[in-house]
Amino acid sequence: MKKDILEIRWHGRGGQGAITAAKIVANAAFASGYKGAVMTPTFGTERRGAAVFTSLKISKEKIYDLSPITTPDMIIVLDHTLLEEVDVAAGLKDDGLVVLNGAKSPEEYDFKGRKVAVCDVTRYGVQAGLPPGIVNSGIIGAFSKATGLVEIDVLLEAIQKEFNGKRPELNAKAAQLAYDNTAVGGSK
Amino acid sequence: MHIIDSGNVAAATGVKLSRAQVIAAYPITPQTPLTEKLSEFVESEELDAQYIPVESEHSAMAVCIAASTAGTRAFTATSANGLLYMNEQLHWAVGARLPIVMCVANRGIGAPWTVWNDQQDTIAQRDVGWIQIYANDHQQIIDSVIKAFRLAQTVSIPVMVCYDGYLLSHTYMPFDLPDQEKVDEFLPPFKAANFLDPENPGNFNPVTLPDVRPDQSGTTRPGYIEIRHRLQMDLRASLEVYKEIDADYKKDFGRGGHPFVEEYKCDDADFVAVCIGSLSYHLRDVIDAMREDGIPVGVMGVQLYRPFPDQAIVQALAGKKHVIVFEKALSYGNQGALYADIKSALYNAADRPTIQNFILGLGGREIKTEQLLAVLREACAKPGTAEDTPRWVGLKL
Repeated sequence: MKKDILEIRWHGRGGQGAITAAKIVANAAFASGYKGAVMTPTFGTERRGAAVFTSLKISKEKIYDLSPITTPDMIIVLDHTLLEEVDVAAGLKDDGLVVLNGAKSPEEYDFKGRKVAVCDVTRYGVQAGLPPGIVNSGIIGAFSKATGLVEIDVLLEAIQKEFNGKRPELNAKAAQLAYDNTAVGGSK
Repeated sequence: MHIIDSGNVAAATGVKLSRAQVIAAYPITPQTPLTEKLSEFVESEELDAQYIPVESEHSAMAVCIAASTAGTRAFTATSANGLLYMNEQLHWAVGARLPIVMCVANRGIGAPWTVWNDQQDTIAQRDVGWIQIYANDHQQIIDSVIKAFRLAQTVSIPVMVCYDGYLLSHTYMPFDLPDQEKVDEFLPPFKAANFLDPENPGNFNPVTLPDVRPDQSGTTRPGYIEIRHRLQMDLRASLEVYKEIDADYKKDFGRGGHPFVEEYKCDDADFVAVCIGSLSYHLRDVIDAMREDGIPVGVMGVQLYRPFPDQAIVQALAGKKHVIVFEKALSYGNQGALYADIKSALYNAADRPTIQNFILGLGGREIKTEQLLAVLREACAKPGTAEDTPRWVGLKL
């Protein structure tokens, strides 16, 4: 209801780290002066591999409404195969943005005229030296490039902090590579 | 320093900062991540405590009772049916006057099974004699846990710190971490006046006769009813004690100052929405929207439910036109428990408002901002016409 809250919905699979990614962005946004940074995972019975989503709300002011997002400004999709299973764009605002981990160019995806940013995050993760399938650090780089919402340097720092002891440099490198290789398409 | 983490981690960190010495717990959603985090703290030696895994919630409370009787600072956490399974031991802990602190991540009660949030679990425990504090966000969770340990050991009464399951337990938001040194100053180590001591054996809580009786030395000892009367007196007196502790906390940490009720835009309001927990913050958005339309409405969250802060409630609500009580729990067969308590407190007030009751959100049913707005608009448009029977919000019959 509040107009000054930015709503970002993250779609992934259980175990893929969508919650960690959203948490890193929340931390970086808070560090960048957003006093409100609330992340609400889907409640209930998640399991590995199943489609899951998490809601992230960002605002300059404290956020009081903790209910899940229904009309997101952005959706972030960690796995392009979800497009065949889930209506990831449900409720997405007409001027909304899609950030997608996929191998094709933005023009090849149709989100009813919304702006689409695509990066082959899976490939750049491997290129950075991460085991195959680690995409939650890379998608943050794509998010930063596509939205400009939070500076990449702040995000890289938040990534290193969150992945403390779990290949922080490689995860940051994956995010940087994804940032450098994100194609932002216009609407079609 | 601020961190962004879940409500369960806020609670666990509050317990760590409070230097709990014995933790006993049994996992139950949505509390589980709290005690998992505590077991990590113990394993990594960030917290010097005994972590005792048990086979049930009844045993968790039994271990806390033993640990507290031995003079240590004891903690557990649970939710829903786990809390109910503890019930007999909850009564024991308070009768034995043990300063145990417990977090409850509020969850609906089965049957039928639900893992989602409402507040029936703790509201159903209101008559046990435990002190009940409710938090509205993560900052209040961590702050309340620290204050709860000091309150419990000051008045020798156990304290529950309650927060909405999932909505707070699993949601991530920023909160400030109190400084350990300052917490140590605020919360001195627990020193029991009487405790289980092999060097000085004694009986604790033996059978008490209906009447008073002389002990071995000829001193008159209280009967059961005198002991229970003392509990009631001490519970009522703990209102003032908690007020002082909260004021101290505010002095040291800069937060608090509303130990009983937290009001938002109530000063000039004709209409006041009242509820417990995170819903009172959610309602702030609704109040802001209605204020833009010129409706003089505010919201008040009840932060301490037992002992009931009746004077603070009367002070806040007397003279208002209409009060709307939202509840995620019910005294089945009657009305919302909070509603009935508020009505009772207002009965003798000189200028009492009309009042009505809404039941909502049971078993995690989503409470939409638009829904709250519609309900509250209608209530403010026709004050004084409401029936005494609670209305249910969002039922799909």
